[in-house]
Amino acid sequence: MSTDAPRAHAPSATRVYYVVFAVLLVCTYLTWQVAYFDLGRLNTVVALTIAGLKTTLVVWFFMHARSSPRLTLVIAFGGLLWLAILLALTAGDYLTR
Amino acid sequence: MSSHGSRALAHQFEDLDQQREVASLGMWLFLVTEVLFFGGLFLVYSIYRGWYPEAFAASSHELLVWAGTLNTVVLITSSLTMALAVHAAQTGHRRALIGLLLATMILGCAFLGVKAFEYRTEYLEHHIPGAAFQFEPEHFLHAQIFFSLYFIMTGLHAVHMIIGLGVMAVMVWMSWRGLITSEYYNPIEVSGLYWHFVDIVWIFLFPLLYLIGRHVH
Repeated sequence: MSTDAPRAHAPSATRVYYVVFAVLLVCTYLTWQVAYFDLGRLNTVVALTIAGLKTTLVVWFFMHARSSPRLTLVIAFGGLLWLAILLALTAGDYLTR
Repeated sequence: MSSHGSRALAHQFEDLDQQREVASLGMWLFLVTEVLFFGGLFLVYSIYRGWYPEAFAASSHELLVWAGTLNTVVLITSSLTMALAVHAAQTGHRRALIGLLLATMILGCAFLGVKAFEYRTEYLEHHIPGAAFQFEPEHFLHAQIFFSLYFIMTGLHAVHMIIGLGVMAVMVWMSWRGLITSEYYNPIEVSGLYWHFVDIVWIFLFPLLYLIGRHVH
């Protein structure tokens, strides 16, 4: 940032971004390292959990979901709902054959 | 509202806040369709991986894990510069905005460069499915399913990156021309949403393609 004056509007905004960035890097390191341990089926669970956590951080902070109107959040969660239907119904078919 | 009569405000909106919310909502709606687009591919991946876990693990082991990890870091960094760019737009820092958009584009190009190097490596190792494909005999058929999915998923992701770079180039131009102000920065905000989404897709592609079966071999 070139001048200090406009910072007064949102003093902590960019700081949050740097913290989120650091956490995302730590998560990337974790997901990479944990892959070398044999946890059986838990390997995939851990990988997807970390990916889900990273996604939540990106959506909540970088994509401003935390300051978005409720309608936007409904649309976003609606996407997850449709994805869940897609995955659940197809899995319900393939896993029970 | 005091913002009435602002040149940045299109006539169909009550005020700038409503205009901003509508623009973001439209992009979110598009991103929902993108979630389902990539969701279908992840679904196909999951079914085949469930059927042929050994072939998938053996194939995944052939990918360049350092390149995938490096690209994850590159994309996360580009998401940071993008978030900072939106903030610079909000606070009216034109030079910082242009610099951060260019940084985002450079990181995006770096990602594609690493990806191109990976594709070249896979080409040289005969890991592109088809007549020239080579793999250990017991997984020969099913490894091609993995590599087909790998090229389709990372390829479509790369197409999204290239489109994102085009969008960012337009954003740099708009910022350069002074069309982006602290009142009207919707294009930057909405482009940022798209860029972050493409980052999220990679956040899932990385462990599912590169890291499965690392512990086996």
